[in-house]
Amino acid sequence: MAAMDTTAAAKWRWGLLDVVVVVFALVPVLWIASLSFKTTGTLTDGNFIPREWTLDNYRTIFSTDQFVRALVNSIGIALIATTIAVVLGTMAAYAVARLDFPGKKALVGVSLLIAMFPQVSLVSPLFEIERSLGLFDTWPGLILPYITFALPLAIYTLSAFFKQIPWDLEKAAKMDGATQGQAFRRVIAPLAAPGVFTTAILVFIFCWNDFLFAISLTSTERSRTVPVALSFFTGESQFEDPTGAICAAAVVITIPIILFVLFFQRRIVSGLTSGAVKG
Amino acid sequence: MADIVLDKVSKSFPDGTVAVRDVDLEIADGEFVILVGPSGCGKSTTLNMIAGLEDITGGELRIAGERVNDKAPRDRDIAMVFQSYALYPNMTVRENMAFPLRLAKLDKETIEQKVSEAAKVLELTALLDRKPANLSGGQRQRVAMGRAIVRSPKAFLMDEPLSNLDAKLRVQMRTVVSRLQKKLGTTTVYVTHDQTEAMTLGDRVVIMRGGAVQQVGPPQELYDNPANLFVAGFIGSPSMNFLHAAVEDGKLRTAVGDVPLGDRIRRELTAEDAPRELILGIRPEHFEDASLIDDETRARGTEFEAPVEIVESMGSDKYVYLTVEGERASAAELEELAADVGTEDLTGSGSSLVTRLSAESTVAEGESRRIWFNLEKIHLFDPSNGRNLTLHEGRAAGALAS
Repeated sequence: MAAMDTTAAAKWRWGLLDVVVVVFALVPVLWIASLSFKTTGTLTDGNFIPREWTLDNYRTIFSTDQFVRALVNSIGIALIATTIAVVLGTMAAYAVARLDFPGKKALVGVSLLIAMFPQVSLVSPLFEIERSLGLFDTWPGLILPYITFALPLAIYTLSAFFKQIPWDLEKAAKMDGATQGQAFRRVIAPLAAPGVFTTAILVFIFCWNDFLFAISLTSTERSRTVPVALSFFTGESQFEDPTGAICAAAVVITIPIILFVLFFQRRIVSGLTSGAVKG
Repeated sequence: MADIVLDKVSKSFPDGTVAVRDVDLEIADGEFVILVGPSGCGKSTTLNMIAGLEDITGGELRIAGERVNDKAPRDRDIAMVFQSYALYPNMTVRENMAFPLRLAKLDKETIEQKVSEAAKVLELTALLDRKPANLSGGQRQRVAMGRAIVRSPKAFLMDEPLSNLDAKLRVQMRTVVSRLQKKLGTTTVYVTHDQTEAMTLGDRVVIMRGGAVQQVGPPQELYDNPANLFVAGFIGSPSMNFLHAAVEDGKLRTAVGDVPLGDRIRRELTAEDAPRELILGIRPEHFEDASLIDDETRARGTEFEAPVEIVESMGSDKYVYLTVEGERASAAELEELAADVGTEDLTGSGSSLVTRLSAESTVAEGESRRIWFNLEKIHLFDPSNGRNLTLHEGRAAGALAS
């Protein structure tokens, strides 16, 4: 391995590059945050730092039942879909990584196919199906398609993790008197935990951010999620622009994602399998 | 504790390859048996079949008299130590060792007591609360052994448990394993590719090649009376010297002079299908500096002169490498052995003899020296099938036996 380049010039070069990347990624977010604290009058003054600070926008969104209700829907739907997708994905990925069963190639192929399928082409059929099944505008009506599209992602990420776990550990567990199930629960699953958490984050973000299904398969506050609710925001009069409120809502819905990532990130301990086998 | 019986146990794969062929082996209660052979000889597969990690496709496996072919590993009550140690990285040493006991649903006090006993035996008490990642290779190895002994199983299976350790630690751990097995008196099957481990550890050694058993016996017996060329070449370090020998007028013409033959060997060679060419095998310690031996000893052997290539003085004795001219001994077994050691591409003209001479010998590099070798200790092999012709009723009788 080549030694890391640590000359002063190289440090500057890398530092500059890092700054560019961070600024590029964060400026829009900060801009939205800044807008959410501005008053209606100063909204379009182009200042990055608000001249007049206000929490009015936040009061507005939480005063309407519309937003709070959407927030509850979003959290509920995303959590349920994530849980189910990760549990199913873990089992499927374990089978894909460890077992030889008939139809394994077909399973992997089909899940890849689903991941590649353009979602927009499924919206109309899903709409018709869900209406005739009575799933339209319900939580399950969103949870089901989310699971469908999250599963391939989960299976792929998790089977990569499972493949890293030394085979010998499972053999050792069996020799120690474990059943297949016990070996999985007590030895393999704890080691796959970082993979499970990573997958959970990815799936949660996918469900949380989805707009396409949410706008097509809902019609009322009963199951409308936040990204959709945002688009239905109106000002107090039709001449008033709800920009401030939308920005405040955007900031609010970013918070659960950040919390979710921070919470699970602490559990993604790299090198968890070190010491299991001689490397 | 129990005996293990393999009755024509075989393993073949759906694609037709046969990994293990009709292995018959009776391992007595409390015996320490070593399976040894070059890589790919089927020794690990055999062990995995005893463990239950691989299906047996033919024959029968009995542990304590009971057929266990179709039993899951957990129902066979045997413990295994893996080459990779396979410690559970998310558990401490204590939890690792307690794992089989917890699965057996023992109560907490018993578990605690058994774990601390095992830890004491293996000197792991101070490490009980560490994670495997914070242990050295030797310590991990001991934890793996601790996990095996803690539940007093019917038998131990060990799959090259020392091959990941460095040379010094390996020697040390060898005695630990040996002492532990004697102390516990548990039936043990131990797989290794290292012939030194095989020689030093086992009550009996099983030598395997190409999925079939070549010879079974106590280490010394395999060393003294190898049944065939493969066993002769595999056991012993440095290994036996092999020379091409042509049968002529009741004598053997070889690069180290003519070797007279006794009546018994001569009788065998007069048969219609008897080989005209043989392979002569001489162990390094059966050579001696001709100037150091008395007349009585001299009469039991024959002498030759050869240029000395290299002298390695070990203090207690000298390893002397001699150059001899003449055809190389060739047989499938020898090529396989060379491939296993990784010297198959070392082909020079003539061949080099490894001899072990007394330390008193004044032999020097570059000179030509008279060397004696013991005719009573030599072996003659049939190159076509590797059979040891000097073996009579299981004992090697040398070339002169009548």
